[in-house]
Amino acid sequence: MAQIDVDVRGETCPVPLVEMRKAVLSASKGDTIRVRGSHPASMQEIPMAVEALGITLVAVEGAETDWTITIER
Amino acid sequence: MAQRTTIVVQSGDMDKLYSALIIANGSLAMGMEASLYFTFWGLERLRKGGLDKGPLSRMHMLGLGKWMVRQRMRRARVAELERLITDYRALGGRIIACDMTMEIMGIRKEDLREEWIDAYGAVGSYLQDARESQVTLFI
Repeated sequence: MAQIDVDVRGETCPVPLVEMRKAVLSASKGDTIRVRGSHPASMQEIPMAVEALGITLVAVEGAETDWTITIER
Repeated sequence: MAQRTTIVVQSGDMDKLYSALIIANGSLAMGMEASLYFTFWGLERLRKGGLDKGPLSRMHMLGLGKWMVRQRMRRARVAELERLITDYRALGGRIIACDMTMEIMGIRKEDLREEWIDAYGAVGSYLQDARESQVTLFI
């Protein structure tokens, strides 16, 4: 069960979504993906995309400008 | 069956191209499929060296408006168009160039960034895609 870290701090829409999607595509079932970013809108958007993709949102932590979202494939 | 977004990119304006690519990339990020049909002025942007040449759709002000908006984009760390297209294709997004436009405007395959183009199509191809899509847009 691997952990994939994605750092998109400093990147704006749609890059955080795109990088999250790339990480999910490269992950295997059971892997954890941790996305760290600073774009406020993405803090709302990534959980939406996770739900649309049908995978698991484990946690959303931090502030609007420094957040960490943990996803399980 | 996955949901799909199909967008006609008829405008060659820079801001409109950004909108198209952001929506297209957003679709892919949410697990949808996406197709971009480039026609008329939009297809001009797929010429070699042409991606960034589009004017602002409003307040272009002989290039000053565009320059100001690009400055703001740089400060806000917005991705370049080239990156948005590369990401789009990396996630499986399709790009189709309109045959008819190429004939009318005298654009040859060699003039375009062929590596970005999945197919050359006409209105039938577009409609086959659009009728299966939940999100269809004309930009």
